[in-house]
Amino acid sequence: MSVDTATVKKVASLARIAISDADAERLAPELNNILGWIEQLGEVDTKDVAPMTAVIPNTLRLRADVITEGNQREAVLANAPQGEFGFFTVPKVVE
Amino acid sequence: MSTLTDLGVAAIRNGVRDGEFSAREVAEAFNAAVAGADALNAFIVKTPEHALAAADAADKARAAGETLKPLAGVPIGMKDLFATKGVQTTAASHILEGFKPEYESTVSHRLWEAGAGMLGKLNLDQFAMGSSNETSYFGNVISPWRRGEGDTTPLAPGGSSGGSSAAIAARLCPAATGTDTGGSIRQPAAFTGISGIKPTYGRCSRWGVVAFASSLDQAGPMARDVRDCAIMLEAMAGFDVKDSTSLDMPVPHWEAGLSADLRGKRVGIPAEYRMDGTPAEIEALWQQGIAWLKDAGAEIVEVSLPHTKYALPAYYIIAPAEASSNLARYDGVRYGLRELAEGQNLQEMYAATRAAGFGDEVKRRILIGTYVLSAGFYDAYYTQAQKVRTLIARDFDNAWSQCDLLLTPTAPSAAFGLGEKVDPLAMYLNDVFTVPASLAGVPAMSVPGGLDAAGLPLGLQIIGKPFDEQGVLNAGLAIEQRAGFTARPNAWW
Repeated sequence: MSVDTATVKKVASLARIAISDADAERLAPELNNILGWIEQLGEVDTKDVAPMTAVIPNTLRLRADVITEGNQREAVLANAPQGEFGFFTVPKVVE
Repeated sequence: MSTLTDLGVAAIRNGVRDGEFSAREVAEAFNAAVAGADALNAFIVKTPEHALAAADAADKARAAGETLKPLAGVPIGMKDLFATKGVQTTAASHILEGFKPEYESTVSHRLWEAGAGMLGKLNLDQFAMGSSNETSYFGNVISPWRRGEGDTTPLAPGGSSGGSSAAIAARLCPAATGTDTGGSIRQPAAFTGISGIKPTYGRCSRWGVVAFASSLDQAGPMARDVRDCAIMLEAMAGFDVKDSTSLDMPVPHWEAGLSADLRGKRVGIPAEYRMDGTPAEIEALWQQGIAWLKDAGAEIVEVSLPHTKYALPAYYIIAPAEASSNLARYDGVRYGLRELAEGQNLQEMYAATRAAGFGDEVKRRILIGTYVLSAGFYDAYYTQAQKVRTLIARDFDNAWSQCDLLLTPTAPSAAFGLGEKVDPLAMYLNDVFTVPASLAGVPAMSVPGGLDAAGLPLGLQIIGKPFDEQGVLNAGLAIEQRAGFTARPNAWW
């Protein structure tokens, strides 16, 4: 399976990473090289093999549905690139 | 008295306890060593005041006749992947530059509770993605080791825990934290002639550790000997309700349980780790390791791990897939970098922020991860990789019916020069011996075995059954006692 520059741009768009045409040109052969190598997995017979879900058997725990750490607005916002009136702010998304 | 910075964790702990020197003297000595080693670029942030405060607390406790904490007076390095409250935590990425967590990772919290102090935040490959510490936004870490006299080629300290390995080898700290997703503790330990253990998946809480590939990420200690690793791991490990994959098991007394007597233990030698192109010196060291373990009383058995060759390609699907999901959080909204040109909308802000904030290797892995998870490819890549992972884990389970431990080389070469491996794939192949144990979640450690012809360290890897860190540490100790590895880099920095 070969990845062309259009595919690289589409994947980059899905991943929300801006890339230039030159980046896409450079990345396409790099990704093809890696993906081509990965494809050897196809030769492994995995019929009747269940995909791994947990490497070490463990049970998922439940906890009581209660607030454990509340009222930390200042701390939550402390590292925000931009915040106003106690909220994260972003460019306008509603016209 | 010898130089304080030559002492390891146990020697510092005991010396402070017995009043041979004060914790403050120790912290000052290491702070000075750190301050004088900028040429190695091992630290992103230095925190001498943190180390001094912990030292003063230890000295005060001793003066008051209190029982000292297990790491009282021991200053350590903290890989900059662990969130440290109020101290910049970057994962060596521009996208987190300036980020000062409002919380403390569980592992670092445990270490401070055990009395340790922090010398600083250690450099690493960006988001722990790399095997040479060349992907850090804050510059390469230079290994303190060099090839022979007169050769000044800068060498890789390994990765991703390259700041940790370089700092310990250069005596800038007696021990440090590392994290290991596919070999990031063991390979740098091997490259720099130190020890490091990746415990069983779930032993150390992942809470507050910047996530790379959550089903693989596991914290562990790096130090100059096995005992120091055991002491550190005891402080770092333990159940944490904040991590859903944390093991709810008591932490064994690994240090007290150390024994180099391997009588009754069977050590497997996996045939598939004998690979074409492995340098003869590494093969010879492996044979030497077998002889050392026999000498310690172990029985050696040949075993087979038939899916070994598929571990790396499976890893390079699973790890990037998880990374592409985990790193979606860096969006320029809640923390870290924001790139927003005049007139850009929200989607453009995300894309510009991530383009500016992530390094090339991180982008490469996010793109691979996004691709293998995308509609139409998911089953062929991701599901197949997870099935292969099941087979790899099954290989280990089958091996445990014949043996208690496995012995292999840690890495397929000694440290290479910075800039010598430009092809991403060639770099990935460096983790060929370490990735299988990561995929299976089992404990594994690297201990130094000897030097190659150029005078560079080579490591041996011991892999154990789930939860059997003790067995791994004990075999490591048996090798350490017989290898008598005392080589150290000459201080050129």
